[in-house]
Amino acid sequence: MGIEQKIRELRDQMGQRIGQIDSKDNLAAFWQEYLGKKGSIAELMKGLGAVPKEERPSVGKIINEFKVQAEEQYRALSERMAQLELQARNRKEAVDITLPGKVRPMGGLHPLTQVKNEIIHVFAGMGFEVFEGPEIEDDDHNFTRLNVPKDHPSRDMQDTFYLPGEWLLRTQTSGGQIRVMDRQKPPIKVLVPGRVFRSDSDATHSPMFHQMEGLVVDRGITLCDLQGMLDRFVQQLFDESVRTRLRPSYFPFTEPSVEVDVSCFECGGKGCGLCKHTGWIEVLGGGVVHPRVLENCGIDSSVYSGIAFGIGIERITMLKYGINNIGLLFENDLRFLKQFQ
Amino acid sequence: MKVPYSWLKEYVDLNVTPEELQEKLFSCGFEVEELIRPGAEISRVVVGEVTSCEAVEGTHLYICQVNCGAAGADIQIVTGAPNVYAGMHTPAALDGATLPGGVTIKAKPLKGIPSNGMLCSGEELGLNEDLYPGAEVYGLLDLPKETVPGTDIREITGLDDAIFDISVTANRPDCQSVLGIAREVAAVLGRELKMPALDYTCSQTRVEGLDITVEAPDLCPRYLGHAVKDITIRESPRWMRRHLALCGLRSINNVVDITNYVLLEIGQPMHAFDMDQLQEKRIIVRRAENGEKIQTLDEKEFTLTSENLVICDGHRPVALAGIMGGLNSEITEKTTQLLFEAAKFARDNVRRTSRALGQSSDSSARFEKGVSEYITELGMARALHLIQELDCGEITASAFDCSAGAPREGKHFTASLKRINDILGIRVPAKEVLSILKRLNFEVVRSGDSLEVTAPRYREDIEVGEPDLAEEVIREYGYEHVVPTFLKAATVTSGGKNPEQQRKDRVLSVLCAQGYHEVCTLSFYADADLDELRIPAEAPERNVLRIENPISVNLSVMRPLLAPSMLHIVVENLKKGNNEGRIFEISNVYRPGKKGEAPQEIPHLGFAAFGDDEDFFTVKGSLEALGQAFGLRFDVERAEDVSYLHPGIAAYLLCEGERVGVFGKLANEVTAELKLHKDSKANHKIFLGEIDYPRMMSHAAASFRYHPLSAHPAVIRDLALTVAEEVPCGDLMKEIAKACPRVSDVELFDIYRGEQIGAGRKSMAFKIRFEPEDKALTPEDVERFVKKILGNLKFRLGAEIR
Repeated sequence: MGIEQKIRELRDQMGQRIGQIDSKDNLAAFWQEYLGKKGSIAELMKGLGAVPKEERPSVGKIINEFKVQAEEQYRALSERMAQLELQARNRKEAVDITLPGKVRPMGGLHPLTQVKNEIIHVFAGMGFEVFEGPEIEDDDHNFTRLNVPKDHPSRDMQDTFYLPGEWLLRTQTSGGQIRVMDRQKPPIKVLVPGRVFRSDSDATHSPMFHQMEGLVVDRGITLCDLQGMLDRFVQQLFDESVRTRLRPSYFPFTEPSVEVDVSCFECGGKGCGLCKHTGWIEVLGGGVVHPRVLENCGIDSSVYSGIAFGIGIERITMLKYGINNIGLLFENDLRFLKQFQ
Repeated sequence: MKVPYSWLKEYVDLNVTPEELQEKLFSCGFEVEELIRPGAEISRVVVGEVTSCEAVEGTHLYICQVNCGAAGADIQIVTGAPNVYAGMHTPAALDGATLPGGVTIKAKPLKGIPSNGMLCSGEELGLNEDLYPGAEVYGLLDLPKETVPGTDIREITGLDDAIFDISVTANRPDCQSVLGIAREVAAVLGRELKMPALDYTCSQTRVEGLDITVEAPDLCPRYLGHAVKDITIRESPRWMRRHLALCGLRSINNVVDITNYVLLEIGQPMHAFDMDQLQEKRIIVRRAENGEKIQTLDEKEFTLTSENLVICDGHRPVALAGIMGGLNSEITEKTTQLLFEAAKFARDNVRRTSRALGQSSDSSARFEKGVSEYITELGMARALHLIQELDCGEITASAFDCSAGAPREGKHFTASLKRINDILGIRVPAKEVLSILKRLNFEVVRSGDSLEVTAPRYREDIEVGEPDLAEEVIREYGYEHVVPTFLKAATVTSGGKNPEQQRKDRVLSVLCAQGYHEVCTLSFYADADLDELRIPAEAPERNVLRIENPISVNLSVMRPLLAPSMLHIVVENLKKGNNEGRIFEISNVYRPGKKGEAPQEIPHLGFAAFGDDEDFFTVKGSLEALGQAFGLRFDVERAEDVSYLHPGIAAYLLCEGERVGVFGKLANEVTAELKLHKDSKANHKIFLGEIDYPRMMSHAAASFRYHPLSAHPAVIRDLALTVAEEVPCGDLMKEIAKACPRVSDVELFDIYRGEQIGAGRKSMAFKIRFEPEDKALTPEDVERFVKKILGNLKFRLGAEIR
C-alpha cells in the first residue's frame, strides 16, 4: 500500500475518531495516536526514507499537510473541550439566585425626624436657619412676651405642665421666636423645631409632640408673603399642584392670625375621606407677627414687620404617610419603623 | 356655641340659606363645626287629617282613613293610639317614610288589616314639650286644625330649623352668644341688626335695707344688682322654651329660664337670689375665709380658701362667684322676691377656683372666656325687660351698680390706612375699609390717610390699632384677595443647619448605618421606671425634676436617664414578637437646677441592641464605628457599679480619660423581672447604653489634616503571646502600640486556651502592622521592633512568646 493510500485511510479514520472525542482523556489519546512521538504521523515520517528520493518532496508535502490537518483538528477539539468543561463547571457552580441576599441590616431615622428634615430642607433653601431652644421655659418666654397676658384664655387652649419654681414645659416652639429675636436683629429667617408638651392625651393628642416654628422679620414683610412662602412650602412637601387657603383664626402672638389649609393632595380638592369631603386639609397656623411681640424683643415695629407660622410635625407626618393614630409614632414598633427606612 | 337659625332670624333679616350662612361665617372666622338639622332623619311625614276612625273589635286598633293632601286624600292607616279621633290632624308617616333613630315605615298589614303608613306621636318625631306643645302627650301628636293636610311635618313643627355649632376663637368672647353671632352675621351680610328689647320701667318701691358691697374689686370689677318683687313663678312662654330647647336646655320655670335665656342670648351669666333668704338683706362680694364652706345648688359642699371669691349675705356665702349659686338662697316655687345679679368676675380667678374645686357650670365656662362690662349692663337690662314682658314681677327701684371704675366707652385710637394695607400686602380701597369697619360697629372718622377709630365697647380684643383693623378688614373683605408673594421685600439670607446641627445629623446617619433605628419616646415617666432599673435611692439620678400637674403618676418624672425608655421599647418589641433589633434616640435628660437656676437639659444618646446575634462585642463594635466617623478614640473601663448592667459585661466609655457613657448587658436580676415570656427571658440578650452626647462630642476631632502616605510598603508581623488569664487584651494592645512608634495597627486574631499553654494562662495572637516613615523597613528594623515589643510585654505584663 502506497503512502498516499495510507494517509487517505488515516484521514478517514481520523474523521470518525473526532466524533467520538468527548473528554480530555480521549483528546490526549487522539494526540498520542496521531501527533505523538509514536503516533501515525511520526510513523509516516519514518516511512519517508523508503520513498524514492525524487518523490520524497511531494510525499513529504502530503504528510505535512496531513499533520497540519491533524493539528488543526486537535486545536479545534481542545477549544471545544475547554468550552464544555467551562460550561460543566459553570453549571456546577450555579446558585439559586432567588435565595435571600446577605444584608448588613440598616437602621433608619424616625419618621418624625425625616419629616422634620424635609421641612428644614425646603425652608433652608429659602434662607432659613435652624434654632433649637430649650424645652424647659419660663412663663415669660412661653407666654408673656408672646403677648399672652396672665389672665388670657389662650393659656387654657394649651394646658401647661408646670415644674417647680417658675418653670414649665414649653407648650409651643413659639418661645423660640423670642430667644432668636433677643440675640439677633433683622433680617431674621429662622426655624425652631422641637418637642412641645401639653396636658392632653387621647387618640389624636399626645402629651408630647413636635412643632416647627418659622419666623421672618424684615422690612416690608406682609401677609401676602406668608401665603406665597407657604405655597412654595406645601408644593415642595406634598405636590406641585397643591394650593393654600387662608382663613381667619386667632393666636395671641400674631395679628392678623390665619389657619392655613391646603387643597387635598389625595383627591385634588374634589372631596374624599382624607379631607372629610371638604377638598381642604388644615395643616398649620400662622400670621403677621404681633407688633407687641417685636417690641418685647427690642425690635422697632414701625420699621420692621414679621410673619410667623407653626407646623405640627406629627400632623404633617400623619397626613403624608396616611397614619391615623398618633400613638403609632411613639410606640416605636420596629415593624412600623422599618417601613420608613 | 350653639346658635339656631330661627333665633338668629329674630335679629337679622336673613336672605341666605343655612348652608350659605355657614360659608359666610367660615370666611369671616367662625367655623361651623356642625350644621345640625334636627329633622334630618325625617322624610315622607306629612300632616294627615283623620277623616274616619273605626275601632277594630277585639283589638286595641283603629282603622283610619287619612287625608294626606297631595300624597293621597284617602289613605288607610291602622293605629293603636288611644287618643285618635275623626277630624284629628296628626303626623302621618307614609309608606317609605323615615323617622329619627333610623326607623323606616313600610306599608304592611296589622293583624291582617292593610295599613299604608303610621300615625306618629311627638316623641317619634324627636320632639319634646319645649320644642312643640303636646309633644309629650301619650299617643298621637294632636296638631292644630289649621294645619294643611299633606304639608311636610318638619315645617309645621319647626324641625326644618338648623342649628349652627360654632367654634369661637378665644379672642372673641363677645361672640359667645346668639346676639354676638347675630352681630357678625349682620356685618358679613351687610344687613341691619335688630337689637333685642332692653326697655323696662321701675316702680317706686324700694326694698328697705337692701345693700350691696364689693370688697374685692380686683376679682369683681363690676357688680349689678336689681331687686324684683311680687314674683310669680310659672311656666315660661312657648317661644322661650323653644329657644332654650334648641340650644339643649330644658325649661325649669320663668325666672330660671330668664337667667338661662340671657346667658344664651346676650352672653351674660345671670344669677337670681331668693331675697327672703338673704340674711340682713345684704350682699357682700369678698374673698372667702380659709375653711369657709358653701353648699351649691347641686347639693355639693366645698371648703374654700382666700383664693376663692364668694357672694355673701350678712352672715354666710350664698354663691360661689361666677360658678354656682348656693343652695341656701335658691329660687323655689315659693320665691316671691328676688335679687338679680349681673357681674363681671375676673376670668382667671373663676378659672382657678373652678379647677381647684372641680366645680363648673355654663356660667363659669362663660366667665372664663371673658365678659365685658357692656355685656353685663346689657344682660341686666334684658333680664328685667323679660320680667316685664313675661309679666311675672315688679321691678323695684332698688338697683345697685358697683364698679371698679373701668371706662364705659370703646377703645379709641388713630390708625393709618397705609399701615393697614402694608400689613396685608394688598391695597384695599379706602371706601371698602370704612364700610367694613362701619358694618362691624366701629366709629371711624377719616382725614386723608388717618383714621380716628372708636371700637365697639364689646370688642375688648381690639388693642393695638392697625394690626387689629387689618384683621377685621381682611376677614370681611375676603382672604381670597390676598395675592401670594414670595418674600418680595426680604433681604437674601443664607440658611440651613449650622455645623453642630449637621454633625448631629451625621451621628444619626452613622448609627442608622450600624443598624440602629431611631425611636421617639416621651420625655417623662414614673419613679417605677427607675425602680425597674434598680437605680439606688441615693443615686444622683434619683434627684429628679417632677411635673407639678402631671396627667398621671406614670408621666410625672422628667427623665434623668434614657435607659428606662430604651428598655421599655425593647420589651414592647419583644412582646410583639420582634425578636431582634437595635434602637437609639438622642434626646434630653433633665435635672433640677441649682438654687435659683433653670433646670438642666442634657442631650443623651441612649441605645439598645437585642437579639440572638448580639453580644457585648457587636455593640462595642458599633460604638467603635461611631468613634471612627468622628475621630473619637474610645477606651473602656470595667463598669461594675451600674445597677442595671451586668457587672462583668459592662463598660464605661472613655474619651481621653473622661467617662462619657456606659454600656453593657442588662443585669440578670433586671432581666428576670421583665414582664416577658419565660423563653423570651432566656433567649433574648438585651444590651443597653447611654452616652452624654455633648461630653462625647467635645472630644471629637474639630478638623483634621491629611497625613502623607509612605511610599514604602508596610510590614505585617504576627505574634502569638501567652499571658496570665487576668491580663486584659486591651493592655497588651496598648503596650504593643506604645513600645514602638512605627506600629500603626494591632489586630487580635486568635485566642487559645488549652493544655499546651497551661492552666491559668491564655494565648493571644496579634497581627501587627509596622508603617515605614521616609525609608523602607528592613528585616533588621522589624526584628528590632519585635524584640523591643516582646521585652516590654514581658517586663510589664509577663507575656511570653508562644
